Amino acid sequence: MLKSFAISIAAVLQGIGFPLRPQPGSTIAAGVDRLHFFLTGLTLIFTFGIFSAIFYFAVRYRRRSPDEVPPPTPEYLWLELSWTIIPTLIVAFVFVWASSLYFQNSRPPNASMEIFVVGKQWMWHLQHPEGPREIDELHVPVGVPVKLTMTSEDAIHDFYIPAFRVKKDVLPGRYTSIWFEARETGTFHFFCAQYCGAEHSAMIGWVYVMEPNDYAAWLAGGARGESMVQTGEKLFTQYGCNTCHAPDNTGHGPSLLGLYGHPQKLQDGRTLMVDESFVRQAITNPNSMPIPGFTPVMPSFQGQLTEDQILQLIAYVKSLGIQQRKNP
Amino acid sequence: MSNAVVEPPLASSGEQVNYLNASYGIRSWLFTKDHKRIALLYLLSITFMFFVGGTAAVLMRMHLLTPAGTLVQPETYNKLFTMHGIVMVFFFLIPSIPAVLGNFLVPMMIGARDLAFPKINLLSWYVYVVGAAFTLYAILAGGVDTGWTFYTPYSSTYANTHVVAAALGVFITGFSSILTGLNFIVTIHKMRAPGLTWFRMPLFLWSIYATSIIMVLGTPVLAITIVLLAAERLLHVGIFDPKLGGDPLLFQHLFWFYSHPAVYIMILPSMGVVSELIACFSRKRIFGYSFVAFSSLAIAVLGFLVWGHHMFVSGQSVYASLIFSMLSFLVAIPSAIKVFNWTATLYKGSISYEAPMLYALGFIGLFTMGGLTGLFLASLATDVHLNGTYFIVAHFHYIMVGGAVMGYMGGLHFWWPKITGRLYPDGWARFAALIIFVGFNLTFFPQFVLGYLGMPRRYATYPAEFQVLNVMSTAGASVLAVGYAIPLIYFMWSMRYGVVAGPNPWRAKGLEWQTPSPPPTENFEVTPIVTEEAYAYNLPPRQLAGQGAPGAARV
Repeated sequence: MLKSFAISIAAVLQGIGFPLRPQPGSTIAAGVDRLHFFLTGLTLIFTFGIFSAIFYFAVRYRRRSPDEVPPPTPEYLWLELSWTIIPTLIVAFVFVWASSLYFQNSRPPNASMEIFVVGKQWMWHLQHPEGPREIDELHVPVGVPVKLTMTSEDAIHDFYIPAFRVKKDVLPGRYTSIWFEARETGTFHFFCAQYCGAEHSAMIGWVYVMEPNDYAAWLAGGARGESMVQTGEKLFTQYGCNTCHAPDNTGHGPSLLGLYGHPQKLQDGRTLMVDESFVRQAITNPNSMPIPGFTPVMPSFQGQLTEDQILQLIAYVKSLGIQQRKNP
Repeated sequence: MSNAVVEPPLASSGEQVNYLNASYGIRSWLFTKDHKRIALLYLLSITFMFFVGGTAAVLMRMHLLTPAGTLVQPETYNKLFTMHGIVMVFFFLIPSIPAVLGNFLVPMMIGARDLAFPKINLLSWYVYVVGAAFTLYAILAGGVDTGWTFYTPYSSTYANTHVVAAALGVFITGFSSILTGLNFIVTIHKMRAPGLTWFRMPLFLWSIYATSIIMVLGTPVLAITIVLLAAERLLHVGIFDPKLGGDPLLFQHLFWFYSHPAVYIMILPSMGVVSELIACFSRKRIFGYSFVAFSSLAIAVLGFLVWGHHMFVSGQSVYASLIFSMLSFLVAIPSAIKVFNWTATLYKGSISYEAPMLYALGFIGLFTMGGLTGLFLASLATDVHLNGTYFIVAHFHYIMVGGAVMGYMGGLHFWWPKITGRLYPDGWARFAALIIFVGFNLTFFPQFVLGYLGMPRRYATYPAEFQVLNVMSTAGASVLAVGYAIPLIYFMWSMRYGVVAGPNPWRAKGLEWQTPSPPPTENFEVTPIVTEEAYAYNLPPRQLAGQGAPGAARV
């Protein structure tokens, strides 16, 4: 009864252009909103309680004569303890709820499709593995988990899709990621939510959530030629990477076949998983990760490649990882 | 300048010699070592800075009336919010209660003649003025656009504005905080009057003590952070910018290690003021005195361990986020304890509603809302959506303005008769308190909704669907601006025309009320001896030898 009343109020406000809730566009939105509403309720109950206590006392115990001196009130330890312990239990409950929901929400499903995001003052470059590239627009299929791997060319940005309840800072020099699964087709705003300079508020765009068929047609319709792997392979040749990283291990550097996705031992004894960050660091700061059995002679490519190009190279190295290592 | 030529404005016939009329001339103020005069120097300076920061706020709100922005270019808007933040945080809120009311009251409340180090006290004001001068220079020379948070690598590599001058201003004024904090700690430890044990101290002193600890321990970290920022910006030493081999998150860790405790530098003194006001205007000892006192210390300690809750979406480790989330929930508990105890103090009290009490009650309400909305941000799952939006802006303004500024205004109204010896018109003061309360809520409540709907903060332009709430917020800001202008007028009016207050117009307890208003330079003719706990309203008023009965000096 009360709930349906609240819903109808919300619907009326929405109708007159006065929404109180952002669209719940992703699979995690409802869960986040439930916690939000619970906390709103908690806030209202406590605020209302404190306000009414103050108001009641202020009227009931108003000063009736200028010389009035009230007798001291006894203090009770049980009272102090109860208003210490009860709030502690409440926040402990909220902590457990919020944290488990957060861990659940931030783990991407294994079968996510990947899209790459590069923020730069003041636009978003988005790149699909199949090749299409977009600026300030993101086309995704409905009902498919999508993982965004993101980095920045310059200052810190932040990729925020309110309708999907997801947000993460986009940092220079490293990769961060978010994932979402859109629940319905439509268009939704995305924003830069970390202040990044003059045109920060213009660094916004739209997510287009499409039926899978429409998305496939959109991918094909672009006819933008080559995939990220193909572009990466060209760069690999263009920048002479192939002269050292020969597939048969005859160059100055290790072969990259079968490398990606496996642990790699370094000269200093560390063992690191070869992932996007590993490859990125190997390209921009190779001396920081010398490989046993090789002289660290590789020059840094920092500043020579854009973040988009590094992502394309990573896509190519990743594709090599799937192939079998010829010479173990 | 001769001391004799200026007509004494207050020493009308029969008025005692006090700290205001003991000497005259500009030199007697600029070289004073009297904590009360230094408090007034601070009052003038921070009031000026408050209106500088407030002007920026009004311009921002006017700009945001329409989605495309009505007033200025985005670059200018960015400079406005940066200036608003830097000026309000570092040059108004942090010094506000400690440097004005604390300076005036700490020696008086403990029955001392002055602070432990009067010259260092004067030095701290000069340091503040030099810091403010650098920041004002940065504003006048073209402004700075990094946000008050100076996040790297934007501030160190990409911003083309006067970052170093502004940061240097913040760096310098930090030393003023450190000196003030140090002075208070030593004074409270060493100079309490005979009989004034720790647990007989007014709660204001407990909160000032806790605040001073944060100032002394936290501010040096801010200074180091700013030096590192300047080293990277000027000398290109790679510390924060990954292109130079640095780590951008390191800056955020260092910055919030100071700036989160700084939130408590701003709010703890206000909590102390509110304890004084609630006790006086309900004529009751604060309920759960020791719980309120220790909760101040608990906040000061826990406050140093929660900085990572500003960084839940920054890319920091999720396990670090988990720990910071837990500690952030814990820091809510001592604040809740204070709110419950203040409310319980009203029970069976004798409550009157002069202007200071209205501010105190307003504080409790707004601080409660500010604190509870903090739970949304301590919760990892909801913070992901709300971080970086107007929800944050609303939340911290409920704490900083609804809490800290309301407390400061309440304290200023409460001790104004002691400071100046005059009463302001109480009707106008209550009216202004009401206007401020209404204007504040109208300004900031809509911002909670805006943030939940997804509007990011620091946006010079915004999508049209957010306009209605922005217009409401701007309307509220204009009401709030009027609310802040009214006290400025009647306070100035009262200095000349106000009714003479007498030593104790509120019939309050506390040593500061047992000496004339304005107090003599040496505060007390004889060192008071304390025989009762704070807020002993059930005991008859005490009188000090050689002074008139409370309230008897009314002319």
